[in-house]
Amino acid sequence: MSALRNYLNRIKPQFEQGGKLHAFHSVFDGMETFLYTPRTTSAPSGAVHIHDSIDSKRTMIIVVCALMPCFFFGMYNTGYQHMLALGQTSASFWSLLLYGFLTVLPRVVTAYIVGLGIEFTFAQIKKEEIQEGFLVTGILVPMICPPEIPLWMLAVAVAFSVIFVKEVFGGTGYNVLNVALVTRAFLFFAYPAQMSGDKVYVASGTPFGMGEHLPDGFAGATPLGQIATQSGPVLDIVGVNGAPVDTWQAFLGLIPGSFGETSTLCILIGAAILLAFGIASWRIIVSVVAGGLLMGWIANMCATPLYPASFLTSLDQLLFGGFAFAAVFMATDPVTAARTNTGKYIYGFLIGVIAVIIRTYNNGYPEGAMLAVLLMNCFAPLIDYCVVQANMRRRTARLTVKN
Amino acid sequence: MSNKSVFFNPFSKNNPVVVQILGICSVLAVTAKLEPALVMGLSVIAVLAFSNVIISLIRNTIPTNIRIIVQLVVVAGLVVIVSQLLEAFAYDVSKQLSVFIGLIITNCILMGRLEAFAMANRPWASFLDGLGNGIGYTIILVIVGFFRELLGSGTLFGFQIVPQCVYEMGYVNNGLMILPPMALIVVACIIWVHRSFNKDLQEK
Repeated sequence: MSALRNYLNRIKPQFEQGGKLHAFHSVFDGMETFLYTPRTTSAPSGAVHIHDSIDSKRTMIIVVCALMPCFFFGMYNTGYQHMLALGQTSASFWSLLLYGFLTVLPRVVTAYIVGLGIEFTFAQIKKEEIQEGFLVTGILVPMICPPEIPLWMLAVAVAFSVIFVKEVFGGTGYNVLNVALVTRAFLFFAYPAQMSGDKVYVASGTPFGMGEHLPDGFAGATPLGQIATQSGPVLDIVGVNGAPVDTWQAFLGLIPGSFGETSTLCILIGAAILLAFGIASWRIIVSVVAGGLLMGWIANMCATPLYPASFLTSLDQLLFGGFAFAAVFMATDPVTAARTNTGKYIYGFLIGVIAVIIRTYNNGYPEGAMLAVLLMNCFAPLIDYCVVQANMRRRTARLTVKN
Repeated sequence: MSNKSVFFNPFSKNNPVVVQILGICSVLAVTAKLEPALVMGLSVIAVLAFSNVIISLIRNTIPTNIRIIVQLVVVAGLVVIVSQLLEAFAYDVSKQLSVFIGLIITNCILMGRLEAFAMANRPWASFLDGLGNGIGYTIILVIVGFFRELLGSGTLFGFQIVPQCVYEMGYVNNGLMILPPMALIVVACIIWVHRSFNKDLQEK
């Protein structure tokens, strides 16, 4: 490790004022503080007295670590669904994992290159240090998209959301909407054929000669996608091989879906990591789940063939689709969520309720978690404002009574 | 202000859309394709120029209390004429524009110019002002319509621009460009570029 430190120290003068690589000073600074704790801890004015080794780079890295179980399971599931669609059940664990890895690797690389490229460019123009917000976004984006989303579409969507959702508002920490979710929303509305239907959620490519092309007639709709075309009261959810899907499989995540969001088990592991390190707010996670359960129960009580998803039990509402992923990794984004504790309960609860309302009562959108989080992102500042105002009124009232 | 600056200012420095941020609703509504955007722009130019002249001619006889109603009547009369002309000579485009020709009456640019300029200036200057503002509006409409039709449908004025071989390589038209939100983003980009060239317009 000290060799790396020495190397950085040796090349550092070239990036400082007057050095010949000064144009790339923000890149160097970004890499140095990514690898090592910065020498300076806070503003030199001495106005703050924070002594803690946690900074936003380390916060982001913990989130990335918490995403890893979902990511590895996504790799396995991508290969598993592909082989299942081919009818080959004999493929080894490692070959499934490798297939998924080779499928997703170009997406991750594309998301990082485009997103970080834009971030570095803006940091250089604005003469600021590079913000680390894209560390998480770059890994989140491939995880909430279909496994084989075309690379150029991903690049366009990432560029759009980094520029128009983050940079024009002032960069990391100032965005109103969740950048990763806007990327997905952009893809969803701009290229609907590549983001829905019964073909896109099972990988059909042959990266580096692995796997085989899928037959033309194959259908691999996600559970929620299948439900949207049925009429109940008994919902017939099948896997890509035609066998019925049970709740346990949905919990494990062996169902077609976006790359990283299928496994509720791995999302729970991620949630445990986030909560153990104090990164995510348990208030938001709990209230999103409560909202989803309540609205799922209400919808199930008033189930009607007009809205087939209302025949799902409220537990299934949590297991299918992106609900759990949104609750743990999207709703808890500290920048776009409500800040006050009371506000967090309201914010999370409404996300859960609206997500189930959209996926149940709008047959055009089989999944509503993305739109629910984006909608509540817009309302989070208003919720906070109301909570703070209510608190001030209460305290004023207490004062006047005493006088 | 000279007649020349009255005519040319609204093109850029005092553009009704990107500087005064007026008439945004119709920019969102009619720019999914270039042809209706252009026809809409021409209609607004005609209505704006002639209503400016008429109001300027009668500006000294309009009672102040009911001036808004008088202005509306004049604009409404002109809009009906434009709408009838379009239905007679360009039926398809007038179908595409549907209610938005009628809604020129509510376009903020019209009321703004009538109140701010025609009520206080002579007919020739008012005519130039109406013409200039109408052209300024049309410029933005055409730019937005150009990008939305090119990226959203791959065509311009209905002719295929993006070649078929590009589609065969996997290119797909951007469906979001057809939806109104993207018009706002395109207008925002125009404002962004415009202000970066005109530093005096930047807010502190």
